[in-house]
Amino acid sequence: MTDMVDVLIIGAGASGAAVAWSLSDTRMRIVCLEQGDWPNSSKFPSTGRDWEARQMSERSFSPNQRQAAADYPISEDSSPIKIANFNGVGGGTVLYTAHFPRLHPSDFRVRSLDGVADDWPIDYETLAPFYAENDRMMGVSGLAGDPAYPPKSPSMPPLALGRSGAALARGFNALGWHWWPSDSAIASEDYEGRGRCINLGNCIAGCAQGAKASTDITYWPAAVRAGVEVRTRCRVREITCDDDGRATGAIYYDEDGAERFQAAEVVIMACNGVGTPRILLNSKSRRFPDGLANSSGLVGKNLMFHPATLVTGVFDEEQDGHRGPHNWLWSHQFYETDPERGFVRGYMFEANRGMGPVLTALGGVEGGAIPIGEDHHRAFRQQFNRTTGLVILCEDLPEEHNTVTLDSTLTDAHGIPAPKITYTISENSQRMRDHATARASEVLRAAGAHTVRDQFLGVGGWHLMGTARMGADPSRSVVNEWGRSHDVKNLFIVDGSIFVTSGGVNPTCTIQALALYIADAMKQRLANLFD
Amino acid sequence: MSDLTETELAVIRRLVGRIIPASTEYGVPGADDDVIFSDITATLATNIAALGDMLASLEADAVERASAPDIDALIQRLQEPFGPAVGLLIAVVAQCYYRDDRVMRSLEMEARAPFPKGFEVEAGDWSLLDPVRARSPIWRDAT
Repeated sequence: MTDMVDVLIIGAGASGAAVAWSLSDTRMRIVCLEQGDWPNSSKFPSTGRDWEARQMSERSFSPNQRQAAADYPISEDSSPIKIANFNGVGGGTVLYTAHFPRLHPSDFRVRSLDGVADDWPIDYETLAPFYAENDRMMGVSGLAGDPAYPPKSPSMPPLALGRSGAALARGFNALGWHWWPSDSAIASEDYEGRGRCINLGNCIAGCAQGAKASTDITYWPAAVRAGVEVRTRCRVREITCDDDGRATGAIYYDEDGAERFQAAEVVIMACNGVGTPRILLNSKSRRFPDGLANSSGLVGKNLMFHPATLVTGVFDEEQDGHRGPHNWLWSHQFYETDPERGFVRGYMFEANRGMGPVLTALGGVEGGAIPIGEDHHRAFRQQFNRTTGLVILCEDLPEEHNTVTLDSTLTDAHGIPAPKITYTISENSQRMRDHATARASEVLRAAGAHTVRDQFLGVGGWHLMGTARMGADPSRSVVNEWGRSHDVKNLFIVDGSIFVTSGGVNPTCTIQALALYIADAMKQRLANLFD
Repeated sequence: MSDLTETELAVIRRLVGRIIPASTEYGVPGADDDVIFSDITATLATNIAALGDMLASLEADAVERASAPDIDALIQRLQEPFGPAVGLLIAVVAQCYYRDDRVMRSLEMEARAPFPKGFEVEAGDWSLLDPVRARSPIWRDAT
């Protein structure tokens, strides 16, 4: 057993970093347990000629494909959408695209506005200052004045529009539809010691330049300077509690595989929408036989992804291809509910510049656009650097049958049960996806594409939300409106698990804004935090 | 290098040479080129077992004698019983082929890693935003 700490954070990703940094000014003793290691940017794929090959192997966003020592297996045969993550300091921000849209004000009021799901216990205005603080810490490029959002001010100019952006812009303009340069956590100028983006184009496998804001190079250095300890290669098995129902700490395996116990006054879960319910469900005790913080029975339920589809257009003119950040332009034209469309809620388009030669070839062969054999070269050259697309992100409504549970047989290297994903795409999401695919095709045609194809992104389970939802009613939620467990007064959750609904945008900046908001709420209540 | 036998190597070489054949029109080698094939076999070294059943099903002499169209047809036929193995082979061929200096130059790419030099992307014409700037807010007031 190690000395008692004031705050124990499980997970050093997007939210763990934000909450650690915010709490560090209290001068409490804070320890973060992280199952992975610090990333080494000098070894990121874009430093080598084999950058695309490595993106598909040891830097794959699929943990089941990657199978690194830091990864745990995921049972996902019962889901058409497969989990994407990264286990290490920085978490998913190391392998994300850094597309940084906020939720809309309406996302917090879906029950009131549209009669579906539940309202959040907080609203956009509550989170707005924390969005802004997070933008400053991460460094966000963008452009003020977007009519799709309440006023906000990105700290750097937008990323380059490029040939692909100009083509798409002309397509959107021809249809009279909204588009705007994305808020992107990629530095368009030198920012806080980080170099500006040099268009390496392989953001999703890690940014060797450091222009992309992953928390290992944003929040964590500041938090560590302020005294927070990050303990890497430490995999948590369970959160322990006493007979009074208070969390006492965590049992974990250290880098040598030895079982350890870390005692803590406060435990904060920051393991994402799959990792957090996994640990809570594995934290069974006499007092909590169904897992910790689970009196509502909702831990692991209401799993939400963003069902995603990539629609690509092939142009006669050269596009940006693999060069430049891939997600740099968005459209929220169809974000808000319109009953005429046959579904509730909506979706976002995020532009996708193109791909490198290997992925162009493999995607083309798989999709039938590029043959193997004699005609390969001609067909390849028609696609390579001439393809630009739109990714559709559909809002996914919460459904209790979409779950994270513990697999009955599969375990990780330490014998901890693996998470099992059970998920189906709803009728509403399917109708939304069909609508969005048709609209994306219209944009690409209007932009000048002569050929348009669509591909469901079953590999795209990046956004993991809803499995420990927040709410005021303990029978209908796992944590309260400031992230504290209803059942365990010194247990907090700050990751995507606490989302009530998913919105139709990438969740990272909201996850981090929530973590900052919860940290602020904790600091304001330090004297009576457990009341 | 791999533990593949000379016979197996010859079979694989025939297959990959038809997956991406040489082209005089585009001035590029095929995937059976010495340098590229060496890269392919080195890359396959950790995945040999995945190809085992597929290779065992093939008669080396017949593959050696087969015409190019016959090899093309053979690869198509192999997809049914050995889909994952064929998929792996195609993936490795693509990975190795499209990092060869000669191939990259034929695509007007510099033969280098993306980092540290990076790439240029046009800043673009932001006047394209003018019609969007002129729009009223489209976000929904939730108060």
